[in-house]
Amino acid sequence: MSNRRPYVRSMDGWWKRDPYFIRYMAREVTAVFVALYAIVLLFGLVRLGQGEAAFNGWLQYLKTPWMLVFHLIVLAVFCYHTWSWFNIMPKTMPIIFMGGKRLQPGTITGTGLAASVVACLAVLFIVRGMS
Amino acid sequence: MKRSNEPIFWSLFGAGGMLAALIGPALVFITGIAVPFGFVFSPDTMSYAHMLAFSQSWAGKVFVLAVIALFLWHAAHRIHILLHDFGVHAVTAVRVLCYGGAFAGTVIAAYTLLMIKA
Repeated sequence: MSNRRPYVRSMDGWWKRDPYFIRYMAREVTAVFVALYAIVLLFGLVRLGQGEAAFNGWLQYLKTPWMLVFHLIVLAVFCYHTWSWFNIMPKTMPIIFMGGKRLQPGTITGTGLAASVVACLAVLFIVRGMS
Repeated sequence: MKRSNEPIFWSLFGAGGMLAALIGPALVFITGIAVPFGFVFSPDTMSYAHMLAFSQSWAGKVFVLAVIALFLWHAAHRIHILLHDFGVHAVTAVRVLCYGGAFAGTVIAAYTLLMIKA
């Protein structure tokens, strides 16, 4: 055992030191809300399997003010997730060359965001058509 | 060298993140806001009869399982790294908690969907 006590810089609050780290943290924390939303849906599915009375109880629960507040927050977080997901996509996907030129980061992000808008509108129209 | 299992978890993370990025906002708006509070869509959009019919079809089963399971695996991967970032270094415990939770959710969803028969 050595009595040396070398200085070790504290890592407490490291992510508050730089705006880049704060953006990283904001992006990663969205996962907590994605998990919570999936759990709400999983409860709905389990209730559906238990029969009509159980499922109606879940539907009633969705109408409570707390669940509205929860879903409004989740909606905002999901929009942020969409934006940040395609914002980092130029770094997470393999480099693509088109016509001898490297596909620009802005093009990748823009295409992804446009695809999201189209996909969301498609889902809204399909569900509206079914109801 | 032992082969890494990272590609499997990263693929599930990536698939869930992509699905959430593409249709997540629309899903939350429909299931959490518009249908329960009765605007844009008819109030019986998510009625027991409609949801039962939806989850009796194979396309419906695949869709519901994909959304629930992939969202859970996506979140599990990020929360696992997030806990490390906040200085929780009990690696095995964190993995069991995160991936185990996603696995349990996937099994429950798959089992429930299989038990819903036409």
